[in-house]
Amino acid sequence: MALTNNQITQNSRILSVGAFRPARVVPNSEIVDLIESSDEWIQQRTGIASRHLAAKDESLIDMSVKAVQIAIDRAKISVEEIDAIIFATISYPFQAPSAATELAARIGANKAAAFDISAACAGFSYGVGMASDFVRNKTAKYVLVVGGEKLSDFTDPTDRATAFIFADGVGAVIVGPSETVGIGPTIWGSDVQNRDAITLEPSFLEFKNGKSVDDVGWPNIAQEGQRVFRWAVYEMAPVGRAAIEAAGITPGDLAAFIPHQANERIIDSLVKSMGLPDTVEVARDIRTTGNTSSASIPLAMDRLLHEHPDLHGKNALLIGFGAGLVFAAQVVELPPKPQ
Amino acid sequence: MSVTQAEVLAGVKDIVVEVAGIDPTTIEMEKRFNEDLEVDSLSMVEVIVAAEEKFGVKIPDEEVTKMTTVADAVNFIVAAAK
Repeated sequence: MALTNNQITQNSRILSVGAFRPARVVPNSEIVDLIESSDEWIQQRTGIASRHLAAKDESLIDMSVKAVQIAIDRAKISVEEIDAIIFATISYPFQAPSAATELAARIGANKAAAFDISAACAGFSYGVGMASDFVRNKTAKYVLVVGGEKLSDFTDPTDRATAFIFADGVGAVIVGPSETVGIGPTIWGSDVQNRDAITLEPSFLEFKNGKSVDDVGWPNIAQEGQRVFRWAVYEMAPVGRAAIEAAGITPGDLAAFIPHQANERIIDSLVKSMGLPDTVEVARDIRTTGNTSSASIPLAMDRLLHEHPDLHGKNALLIGFGAGLVFAAQVVELPPKPQ
Repeated sequence: MSVTQAEVLAGVKDIVVEVAGIDPTTIEMEKRFNEDLEVDSLSMVEVIVAAEEKFGVKIPDEEVTKMTTVADAVNFIVAAAK
């Protein structure tokens, strides 16, 4: 017999954001010796002046608990009300159970649906898109979306292409019901012809098969920087424009642009090629946070709202892109000012 | 689409001015992007992406690394646009 599904759709929005940056601030001067580089060169190529790196015994979930508590408090909900946890990460060092389930156990969200997504630097925008659809279809009332990374565990401090880029941190949002549309359609996809542009190799099976880190290395991030740069500046502007159009607005209706913090020059190029007016506040958290992959958008969102409280409740374009290569963008109404 | 060397040079000038913010009168065929015009490798990528769009050509990465001077870029684009 025919199935029934009487769920009536509703609107969704981001209710709150929370962020955690580990205490240790690492300026360029601390890392340049191992890569024979300079502070000036790094700042000129990436915009990065310093980044936060976690302590050795500070785990991804330790950091996540702190960011998530802030998001939950600001949303004025209780942990028990969270129906689903979506954790976007590429640096949780266990295949299973997921980071989301460890987080659920630590915060006491004992019954929430919990799973991880592997979409690298696009992970947060993938997660927001899914969370919004869950809320809209009443699959869940409140969804916790976390973007969190401890990339220092997967970065070679002597790699001249990556050592100065990647960093640690966690950002989280609560997505929940809304009277009005608070999250526009997600424009997402992939370009798998460029699958080898950013990789974490070798496979763990190498170690099972008797090889050691000395033999085959550790699966650190390797990136063809110029190739990714070219792809991002060429391919991501149309994706951003499509997200703006899908939300039924124009660039002039945006108050903020919060792209993945990969490289400040990619951000500059996207602002130019999307034709964003000067009235749009652009997130440049990368300068003091580095590239934190899935965490970069919520971290940048939190900072932008801290520095510009007038942006609460205004429209922002989010765009994530990274290893895969994969991408996702959507226009969101920024969370309201916490009471 | 066939274009003249002068047309491509004018277009490349516009792009380099836009990307690197330098005085257009300093951009000449024999100038080196990196040393003379301060167009570093990432700016060069932006120049190439813009040039591909403007002239409807494809400029592979391995060609980009060979483009030292403005003339290298202009001549490649003129040939590729034929």
